[in-house]
Amino acid sequence: MRIIAALLVVAGLASAPVLAQSGTVDALRGRTPVADESRPPPLGNPENKDVRRERAYSMQPPTIPHKIDNYQVDLNVNACLGCHSRGRAPVTQAVAVSVSHYMDRDGNFLAEISPRRYFCEQCHVTQVDAKPLVGNAFLDVDEVLKRAPPPARTAAKPASHP
Amino acid sequence: MRSLLDLARRYWATISRPSRYFSLGFLVIGGFVAGVIFWGAFNTGMELTNTEAFCTGCHEMRDNVFVELRSTIHYTNRSGVRAVCPDCHVPHNWTDKVARKMQASKEVWGKVFGTIDTREKFLDHRLELARHEWARMKANNSLECRNCHGSDYMDLTRQSPRAADMHSRFLLTGERTCIDCHKGIAHRLPDMGTALRSP
Ligand code: HEC
Ligand code: HEC
Ligand code: HEC
Ligand code: HEC
Ligand code: HEC
Ligand code: HEC
Repeated sequence: MRIIAALLVVAGLASAPVLAQSGTVDALRGRTPVADESRPPPLGNPENKDVRRERAYSMQPPTIPHKIDNYQVDLNVNACLGCHSRGRAPVTQAVAVSVSHYMDRDGNFLAEISPRRYFCEQCHVTQVDAKPLVGNAFLDVDEVLKRAPPPARTAAKPASHP
Repeated sequence: MRSLLDLARRYWATISRPSRYFSLGFLVIGGFVAGVIFWGAFNTGMELTNTEAFCTGCHEMRDNVFVELRSTIHYTNRSGVRAVCPDCHVPHNWTDKVARKMQASKEVWGKVFGTIDTREKFLDHRLELARHEWARMKANNSLECRNCHGSDYMDLTRQSPRAADMHSRFLLTGERTCIDCHKGIAHRLPDMGTALRSP
């Protein structure tokens, strides 16, 4: 049993460089063989330009346009709400969290922020000015509509709706 | 007139007469030197107790507030300029400094009688301790922060728009002071109640 395991490990080690050479590249590890430690590039600084970004679709959680270093979000405090809550937004000029953040999963509106929306960084993230590691063929819905052939004016009858 | 002269003569006699063991001159100089030594020792004592090593000598300070400080901008940053505990907690002004030291004696009491000898007890007390600091900084218009950060010298055009906006609306108008907005700049915050959590 032990020998088989050892053989498997050796086989793994041996095949790793082969894979790397044959063009199978893990975007995160680059061409570093599995047995070696890769040297990741240094972390970028989050963009802190305070310019709100476009959303890719209407229900996308907007990305954070400012740095959030050391903003405490735990049982004691929620630093984000210190600026983004309904009451604070007028003073801080932050965007108040939308109504969905006060809804529980049954669609009831709560007086306080909904527990499932408490940990903001689950859904909202900062951005760094970096080259994407993998390609992305996402099309904005506007773009999709633009590309689709225009619907024939006369053909479509509201037949499905009696 | 005469009596004055007499007086002067008598004093001169006293000063010029050797004391039984030492001359008065020696005593004066000796006194001066002793004074210098005493003052120096006092100062050195002050200097010693004004170091981070001194503050973190107590586990209450080391295991709680110090470890938290280490991930913040005042411990590690791009330029390597640091703020140590006494920069923020003991005013650089001499008289204030002594007053703070007197207050600090009660901390030694806390240590001896073990008021906050565990993390849990520290957290229980944290809000109260933090409130003392906030009240102090509020009262002195965040003097400690301003010892390093002068609002007069802030180039708002070099700050992020968010910072520049808040500073120009509230700081430069004197409406608020640093600690109103920058609570938790160096340590984790205690339970702030609903103030920072809810709508
Ligand atoms: C000091 C106040 C402040 C704090 C604290 C703060 N924000 Fe913001 N936030 C702003 C302001 C002001 C804006 C508007 C754009 C700008 O100026 O950056 C903003 C914009 C945003 C946006 C973009 C909204 C949109 O519609 O595009 C998101 C998302 C966001 N913040 C999330 C967060 C999260 C998550 C946290 C906590 C980790 C947080 N913010 C903490 C002030 C703050
Ligand atoms: C479960 C995911 C989730 C969590 C957690 C969450 N959000 Fe959102 N947030 C969204 C989505 C989705 C949207 C966009 C649609 C909407 O407004 O509901 C949004 C929108 C926003 C907006 C823009 C509102 C507007 O009117 O343009 C802000 C600001 C924001 N969130 C801040 C926060 C803050 C602050 C927190 C933490 C207290 C938080 N969010 C937690 C998903 C989340
Ligand atoms: C003898 C151990 C000890 C040393 C040394 C010490 N502390 Fe403390 N510190 C404590 C204890 C214990 C408390 C809690 C006191 C209490 O219960 O009132 C405390 C509380 C504090 C507080 C809260 C103050 C308040 O008003 O409630 C601050 C700020 C503080 N210490 C800073 C410092 C600084 C700065 C230094 C170094 C100059 C230092 N401490 C050195 C043990 C110590
Ligand atoms: C950049 C300024 C700064 C530095 C440096 C700093 N503190 Fe503080 N400290 C504060 C502020 C501000 C508070 C008030 C509570 C808060 O906002 O987190 C505080 C609060 C405290 C408290 C009360 C309990 C609490 O956490 O609120 C203690 C104890 C304390 N500091 C000790 C220390 C010690 C020990 C050091 C050095 C290892 C240190 N501080 C370094 C700014 C600082
Ligand atoms: C001993 C000097 C000193 C003291 C005292 C001090 N600071 Fe700082 N502070 C600095 C330095 C230096 C930096 C910048 C480090 C860098 O960016 O390289 C800094 C950075 C900051 C930042 C920028 C944080 C960021 O993420 O960019 C804030 C906010 C701040 N200090 C607030 C305060 C407040 C509030 C106080 C008082 C409680 C205070 N400072 C006391 C030296 C000090
Ligand atoms: C009205 C609230 C408010 C007051 C008062 C205030 N600040 Fe700020 N400060 C902010 C906000 C908001 C930011 C940007 C968000 C952040 O850094 O978390 C900021 C950012 C900073 C920065 C970083 C600048 C940058 O470009 O990122 C420093 C340094 C700073 N403050 C120091 C101070 C000092 C020192 C004082 C007191 C003399 C002070 N602030 C008073 C709200 C305030």
